[in-house]
Amino acid sequence: MEMVAASKMRKTKDRMQATRPYSKKISQIIKHLAHANPEYKHPFLIKRDVKRVGMIVITSDRGLCGGLNSNLFRKTLTQLKQWQTDGVEVDVCAIGGKGASFFAHLDVNLVAQKTKLSETVHQSEIFGIVKVMLDAYDANTIDELYVVSNEFVNTMTQKPTIHKVLPVSADQLEPDLSGHWDYLYEPDAKEVLDKLLTRYIESIVYQGLVENNACEQAARMVAMKSASDNAGNLIKELQLVYNKARQAAITQEISEIVAGAAAV
Amino acid sequence: MTMTIHVDIVSAEQEIFSGLAEMVFAPAELGEVGISPRHAPFISSLKPGEVRVKVNDKESHPFYVSGGILEVQPHLVTVLADTAIRAKDIDEAAALDAKAKAEEALADKSGKIDYATAQAQLLQAMMQLQTIERLRKRGS
Repeated sequence: MEMVAASKMRKTKDRMQATRPYSKKISQIIKHLAHANPEYKHPFLIKRDVKRVGMIVITSDRGLCGGLNSNLFRKTLTQLKQWQTDGVEVDVCAIGGKGASFFAHLDVNLVAQKTKLSETVHQSEIFGIVKVMLDAYDANTIDELYVVSNEFVNTMTQKPTIHKVLPVSADQLEPDLSGHWDYLYEPDAKEVLDKLLTRYIESIVYQGLVENNACEQAARMVAMKSASDNAGNLIKELQLVYNKARQAAITQEISEIVAGAAAV
Repeated sequence: MTMTIHVDIVSAEQEIFSGLAEMVFAPAELGEVGISPRHAPFISSLKPGEVRVKVNDKESHPFYVSGGILEVQPHLVTVLADTAIRAKDIDEAAALDAKAKAEEALADKSGKIDYATAQAQLLQAMMQLQTIERLRKRGS
């Protein structure tokens, strides 16, 4: 299973890299837009008082991947507790089987979930869940949106992170000093921005998911390696016990035969 | 030398094309557009159709996109292609499905326990037994 995870990890890592250009480009465009002063201010760009927040928690569908999911849950719970003391309510939506079953037994408001994702995650699989959250944001049900997922540092380390995606803040994106200019919008600014920002959020969630997948395989590889090492040690010990028992049985039999022969 | 413009075509799942071109044709929302170098900054949504990158007189690459965004700056064209066909009702259905699944899971609390939860509980019980065993050993 270590080998299987290793080869899957390579694939998922490639996929993770393949998603980078899109999110880089789209954040570049958003950055331009945020500094181009369009006449229309999109609600996704406006800060609001926080009374209720949304949280998309990305976990793996399957287990046997060491402490990957439990580390993520620990981080999530600390944040949830923090919000509780601040009097902020939370809507959770879970991607991945582990998260779904974890939150189902917890006293949280689980608004949406998506499990049994295919291994080659297709972007269309997350449209539903993102739409639930964006609709809630549009309807002023939630005032901020966070994505919780594992960040792939390297094969040995995966870091659980909480990332704020809504409202999109312009300072989050580096300032662009190329002067003031605006795009020609077609058909109009509102429609283009609507489409663009929805895709931006989707790309963030999608990238989180793909990255989490790579983390899952890496964590599984490490966990399975230590499992095989442990099993190897155990086999060695048991082999020793078996040999001792066998030797004892043989010795006993010989002494019985010798005793029997002596008696005759 | 003819003037060229840098073209990037990317989808959320992979990079599709990146390179220089003389002209780019794209199916914009209000009709097909052709983008030459030094075009004014322009942003538009795309309809499903063909994006054609004309590298030179002999060579041109066609790509099919099912929608997306076209962004133009004087020396850079970016096409953010959609990976799937988007329709409002399809998205709506997916959203409703995700919601229904969550409600189902929450309602199911007392009924049948799913495999993952059972496994988690089993692990917990085993850990407790192990601790008791260890304590016993130490005691005797």
